[in-house]
Amino acid sequence: MRAVTWQGTRKMSVDTVPDPEIVQQDDVIVKVTATAICGSDLHLYNHYVTTLEKGDVLGHEFMGEVVEVGKNVRSLKIGDRVVVPFPIACGRCWYCRNGIFSCCDNSNPNAEIPEALYGSSPAGIFGYSHMYGGYAGGQAEYVRVPFADVGPIKVPDGVSDEQVLFLSDILPTGWQAAQRGDICRGDTVAVWGCGPVGYFTIQSAFAQGAERVIAIDCVPERLALARDVCGAEVINHEATEDLVELLKQMTGGRGPDVCIDAVGLEAHGHDLLARADKVKQTLRLEMDRPTVVRQTIQAAAKGGRVSLIGVYGGVIDKFPIGAFFGKGLTMRAGQCDVQAFLPELLQKVLAGEFDMTSIISHRLTLDDAPHGYEIFCDKKDGCTKIVMRP
Amino acid sequence: MVLATAGPRRTPHASTDDDVDWSTFAVPEDTRHNVAKGERIGSVALGAALVGLGVRRRDPIGLVAALFGGYFITRGATGNCLVYRALGVSTGSADAVLAPWHRDDVTGRAATVNARKAIKVERAVTIDRPRDELYAFWRNFENLPRFMEHLVSVRVDTPTRSHWEAKAPGGRTVEWDAEIVNEVPYEIIAWKSVGEPDVANAGAVNFFDAPGGRGTIVRVTLDYEPPAGRLGAMLSHFTAEEPDRQIREDLRKFKQLMETGEITTSARRVEDSAYVGATPQE
Repeated sequence: MRAVTWQGTRKMSVDTVPDPEIVQQDDVIVKVTATAICGSDLHLYNHYVTTLEKGDVLGHEFMGEVVEVGKNVRSLKIGDRVVVPFPIACGRCWYCRNGIFSCCDNSNPNAEIPEALYGSSPAGIFGYSHMYGGYAGGQAEYVRVPFADVGPIKVPDGVSDEQVLFLSDILPTGWQAAQRGDICRGDTVAVWGCGPVGYFTIQSAFAQGAERVIAIDCVPERLALARDVCGAEVINHEATEDLVELLKQMTGGRGPDVCIDAVGLEAHGHDLLARADKVKQTLRLEMDRPTVVRQTIQAAAKGGRVSLIGVYGGVIDKFPIGAFFGKGLTMRAGQCDVQAFLPELLQKVLAGEFDMTSIISHRLTLDDAPHGYEIFCDKKDGCTKIVMRP
Repeated sequence: MVLATAGPRRTPHASTDDDVDWSTFAVPEDTRHNVAKGERIGSVALGAALVGLGVRRRDPIGLVAALFGGYFITRGATGNCLVYRALGVSTGSADAVLAPWHRDDVTGRAATVNARKAIKVERAVTIDRPRDELYAFWRNFENLPRFMEHLVSVRVDTPTRSHWEAKAPGGRTVEWDAEIVNEVPYEIIAWKSVGEPDVANAGAVNFFDAPGGRGTIVRVTLDYEPPAGRLGAMLSHFTAEEPDRQIREDLRKFKQLMETGEITTSARRVEDSAYVGATPQE
């Protein structure tokens, strides 16, 4: 089959690799009909998330048709149309049984790597480095999906791939980001990053009761989507001297009640600390660039909530612990427990409660993937989200 | 788990009552390591460098360097430093936790494994399954090679006797007969090697209810004399065959097998997976 493979920093290729097969009896094989490049794939592309090997198949946002079913699979049959969540979860461990699917105890066969780094291991993820299990990803014609009774959700015929594809990651991820901000009716929510996750975070924040959402980015077409499609007030942070002060002024001196970081470890900033972080990250003295984390804490209203959904992988310097403590903030973070949200979100999507497609700027084939990664990473050609068909 | 930890002394009586005799936790001064793990590795490296220097120079200074080198290697390999001992100094660590499970659990373990040569490994995992189910699966020793990578086979000869064969470094295998020395259903299985084992060993697996209904805590304690002595164990440390890591991975696979019925694999094809179709108690 054809598959998108990682070949080195900023080097992708499209290769012929062996077809996957049923390995354990609760697997299914999915024939991919649509797949997307995720912003977090760019951390692999730029090799900030490590433990990749040449030839690894990437991609964790995908959907398709079930074409093969293991003997023990009960909930799926050949011909079912499914969207597959990006975290792999066993459904049996204490974490899965308590809805914390992204922290499944059993789905990462390479658990000892994150265990050494984090104390214990999160779940395996499709196409997301060996530290997250070394599973082949969904930017391919076929994918082996383990624990198939737990992850994939059936979607009805008659709804297009593009309407439901983002249930695999970015819609639930945005939804969880807002939820972990404990939004109360009337809250003002600030969202850093208007990429695909930010796009769904803004929509989710309104759906969960936010009165105002202020969105921050520096890419004009993303700001336009946030304003025109999602209804946020927008700030181009490159055009402002002091973002934190501006947020305070926009909120009558209080600061946003909820600050959400939908950017993560490759944040752009232009103050002195941000430049120092860039240098340190390049020299591998600091693994993540914490510009946005610092800003969220500095900007948040007293008693406010900070929710991190952008990906972080290592350690940071100069965490403003004083502001965090002094203002009595709450901070939550984590990969999305996609499985926990899917039934509810599928209903909302089918009811038309989200704009699912305005974010898509490019529709490509798998063979265009190397070009797709480049324009998505460099924000060229007005690229906001790429969907590929094998 | 630190290899340099000698652990509390095992006394050769099996206590079944709940009073812990804390005096048994006293560790005799002469069996306790007094060099920390990192320092031991450094000591071996420095020793090797000095010996190398001595061999190259082939003169009296070289001889002195080589002698010192030899001492540093010994000191690193054994974890005991005579100079530290004389000065009453120690950088080695004592056991951080003196918990009830350290209570003597193996009859005659002290007699089976030479404490001075032994490596002690202790690891625990929490499994979201009932205690009796986990106990029953483990108690059938012939199940163990299904999740213990280094075991080739286990043959149960009598209710308390079994024959074990395991992979050893360098593609060899080692064999021994084991005898159950303590068994409390759903709580503990303890064994020791008997006869003339290739690797003298003694161990125990305890099963506890985890607090808050979070399943069962399975704790493995293993003492064994590595075939090539402590130096062999240190060398295997660098080739990733270190026993602590092995036990940790074995327990992880045990958990996967018991919770999900399979051992997790990210293999794309059957031929790439070592653990296909393993289901418990079929």
